[in-house]
Amino acid sequence: MNIDGITNGLVIDHIEAGKGMELYNALHLGDLESSVALIKNVTSHKMGKKDIIKVDEVLDVDLDVLGFIDPNITVNIIKDNEIVGKKHIELPKKVTNLIKCKNPRCITSTEQELPHIFKLTDPATRTYRCIYCETKARETRV
Amino acid sequence: MDNLIDILDLSVEEIDELVEKAKDIINNPDAYREKCRYKKLATLFFEPSTRTRLSFESAMLDLGGNVIGFSGADNSSAAKGESVSDTVRTVGCYADIIAMRHPKEGAPLVASMHAGIPVINAGDGGHNHPTQTLTDLLTINMEKGRFTDMTIGLCGDLKFGRTVHSLIEAMSRYSGIRFVFISPKELKLPSYVVDEYLTKNNIPFEETNDLMAAMPNLDILYMTRVQRERFFNEEDYIRLKDSYILTREKLAEAKADLTIMHPLPRVNEISVDVDDDERAAYFKQVRYGKFIRMALILKMLGIE
Ligand SMILES: [Zn+2]
Repeated sequence: MNIDGITNGLVIDHIEAGKGMELYNALHLGDLESSVALIKNVTSHKMGKKDIIKVDEVLDVDLDVLGFIDPNITVNIIKDNEIVGKKHIELPKKVTNLIKCKNPRCITSTEQELPHIFKLTDPATRTYRCIYCETKARETRV
Repeated sequence: MDNLIDILDLSVEEIDELVEKAKDIINNPDAYREKCRYKKLATLFFEPSTRTRLSFESAMLDLGGNVIGFSGADNSSAAKGESVSDTVRTVGCYADIIAMRHPKEGAPLVASMHAGIPVINAGDGGHNHPTQTLTDLLTINMEKGRFTDMTIGLCGDLKFGRTVHSLIEAMSRYSGIRFVFISPKELKLPSYVVDEYLTKNNIPFEETNDLMAAMPNLDILYMTRVQRERFFNEEDYIRLKDSYILTREKLAEAKADLTIMHPLPRVNEISVDVDDDERAAYFKQVRYGKFIRMALILKMLGIE
């Protein structure tokens, strides 16, 4: 399968196969006016299969969201049909309103207007905990 | 220090400083009677806890300060749907420091972000209760004269008791500490506590269901209450609540300088015939609780 290259924009590569749509939603790519391609199950030497997202005319994307979902994702910056750089992805120290705390005893369960904030407490195991009740984020699904 | 939300907000040095200050207050109470003159403590108890509230209020009164506040959700703003942050912003206009109890985990942290004055967590659900841990630490230090080199037995509900987990967390920062965990298998210490505080720091411990057998080695015996609300089923509660009751006979093999502690209130886990034993420290613990809260209030208000 072949998708036209982009002249100026971003290529989000090495997405774990099947996670492309989740990423598409988390980055709110559906709200963009420019063209966006989500390519699923691309054959990869490294990963077997992977997903790729290409975004035209956009050079800015929330790297914290990407890092939280999967720090192994790569982001290439394309200008005039050429890769001119890579964005550095790392585990964000803190994510706000990306996931919700599900602990029914947490203050966020009764005070709706509070931001749901999770802090990275153990980078080795990619553990995030709610800043209020310290409950572990069970999954990195958004 | 701006706020005290979690016992780990305090370094070992800060805990030592608080313990030394509390000892100085115990030895020279008159020197502290006017220290907080014209200062106000607000006790915001969104759920009642008479024992903890009285301890905070007595602490402030013994420092010459004043106390305002409320207790129980029905007579408070929460009943009218006001948020924690709006409540504390209002209180911050009147008071100099807040002690807050709330049934929801993390509520005192939210308060500390909005109050504009220091906030002390006086218990948030089953989550944190740092002044209980400070009370326990002062008691250990007063009774033993040290924080190092001792065997601490914890008995009863080790699964749900956050007080127990915090004490393990706090004491595992000192050297020469050994733990003995005494409980029925249903109420054993959760594996994350074992992993995070003990295994990681190479702290020796053993688990047993035999209080009598553990007794001769203990320097401290910390008894806990088995709480009804932790159980889904009444039968389990009734079966387990009487599993570990400390009686005078069970103390026969104990060390002469054992220290018996309990966060109180007790149900029946310590028989009243133990109360007169000089090793019983649980009522002294209540007294120490007031003194450590006095030291804490002074520190948080920046008063020497
Ligand atoms: Zn939470």
